[in-house]
Amino acid sequence: MKNNYITLLRICLAIVLPAAASFCHGQDGVIQVVKQYDILGGTKPILVSLDGFSGEVAEVLKFDLYVQGFSFVAPDAAQYQISGSGTDSVQGRVVDRFAKSTLLSRSYTGVSVRKQAHAFADDIVQAITHKNGIGQTKIAFKAQSSSGNGEIYVADFDGHNAQAVTHDSTIVAAPAWVPGRLALYYDSYKLNNPDVWYHNLTTGQRRVVAHYSGSNISPAASPDGAKVALIMSKSGSPDVWVCNADGSNLKQLTHTPEDESSPCWSPDGQWICFATKINERRVLAKIPAGGGALERIPTPGAPNPTEPDWSPDGKWIAFTLQTGEFDICVMPADGSAPPTMLVAGEDPSWSPNSRTLVFTRRTGGRYTLSVLDVFTKQVKDIARISGNDSQPAWAR
Amino acid sequence: MKMMKLTYLMAFVLAVALAATGCKNHRPVGVTHLPPGAGSTLPEANPSGTLSGGDQNANAAGGGPMANIEDINGMAADRTALASYTVLFAYDSAAVKKSERANVQAVAEALKRDPSTKLQIEGNCDERGTEEYNRSLGERRALAVRQALVKLGIDSSRVFTLSYGKDKPVDPGHDESAWSKNRRDDFVLLHPKSGA
Repeated sequence: MKNNYITLLRICLAIVLPAAASFCHGQDGVIQVVKQYDILGGTKPILVSLDGFSGEVAEVLKFDLYVQGFSFVAPDAAQYQISGSGTDSVQGRVVDRFAKSTLLSRSYTGVSVRKQAHAFADDIVQAITHKNGIGQTKIAFKAQSSSGNGEIYVADFDGHNAQAVTHDSTIVAAPAWVPGRLALYYDSYKLNNPDVWYHNLTTGQRRVVAHYSGSNISPAASPDGAKVALIMSKSGSPDVWVCNADGSNLKQLTHTPEDESSPCWSPDGQWICFATKINERRVLAKIPAGGGALERIPTPGAPNPTEPDWSPDGKWIAFTLQTGEFDICVMPADGSAPPTMLVAGEDPSWSPNSRTLVFTRRTGGRYTLSVLDVFTKQVKDIARISGNDSQPAWAR
Repeated sequence: MKMMKLTYLMAFVLAVALAATGCKNHRPVGVTHLPPGAGSTLPEANPSGTLSGGDQNANAAGGGPMANIEDINGMAADRTALASYTVLFAYDSAAVKKSERANVQAVAEALKRDPSTKLQIEGNCDERGTEEYNRSLGERRALAVRQALVKLGIDSSRVFTLSYGKDKPVDPGHDESAWSKNRRDDFVLLHPKSGA
């Protein structure tokens, strides 16, 4: 009998749980089930209350949950009541007010209350949405001074615990993680040329992967980490190339006279998606990673798209729409619906759970980083390192 | 009627779901221990780095490939000789404008006067595009002038390019007056080092 319950639960959870948030606002005795999940920018947040936490722990919980589609209300208006304490160490519980059941009751030890709070936030997300949270994930980005020089940094996804990865005092750009590893590719002008470097963050060892005449830029590691896609111009035009992780076995994939930019991989490793120009129009396109014919990716209603990023679950492509202003857009990767314009910003990078984007926002002539829940459109700036933080890449 | 049935089904599903989660009322308190230092510290980068990987001699044949980057190793960079010939571009364009042809011609003459020199063209953009888009566009601008120089009889093996994207504006302003100066190719004349 219990198995039946669980099976039914699994089948119907996706309907019941997200919709349940609206029940508390429903009129007495009337249950309205509204499909309100997976709607880009139009999903209602899950209503929770937060009691007993203060200081850093409360800050972390509020930040982590807000950018994952939760909204905070009084306990008697919440579907999920989160309570606990976090003075010396974090302990907390989650009660489903409607089911009158405890979904989670846990205490945390070790490292710091900040890390414990992130771990608790992840458990809350798992208990309520049955998906992995982002509380303990990392990002890489570029921090740039007004001189134009910068360094590559790695930080928690909320910008805290930032550490410089490079100390080159030169132009750096475009950090990209090797999936599943503490390793980055990025661009550095250290050798007086835009070159692609590989940097093992565990050992601190690094090496040049592409140092050829012209520009060697915009690296992107394949999902299995065995290959790198990049833009190189040594043949006389900025084209998409692919090589082995160590830079060997170079292969030119595109042969257009146009300037290709920002390659990314489909999560199955079959395609490389990038921005280019076809018939004088800026478009997104893809090409088989092993070589082949270039295919246009239509972005109806969104002219001049650039900086695509394919979600790890394969469902979405996020990109930047350039219309004088910059906007973050997301569309189904299969083209089944036109792009949805979400918020002002550029250079989006997907979280490992394919629900949140980290992106760059221009404000007052400066760059800052923000995270965006693509379904509820809830967005918050993360902690800032320098005058200009940009080009975020989410570790996944 | 269909809607009614659907509503009943939903209500049933909800009841089942609530009943199922209700079973978990007496779940024990669990403990998650986070090991110290898990992903919280990174070793220092090795600033000197080590050069390895990549085929340094892989210069593909084809239209307009560049000579090996090692060819300009150790050459002395003169940033002033050709500074007055900076070539400007229209917004979001890599086309060499008619108004800029005299500058391209002047650069070609300078290269012809001293065959021992080589040239590095640095492509730049205004701040309006996104970063990597501009890095590619800047490279396209440098290559456009390289192509023009080759058409004027300069050996393609003497001309190298790179892009700074929008990282090296000459004017930090945020208006067209600044942007029009920043959309440019700068020319760096490379001399063999004396005694080399």
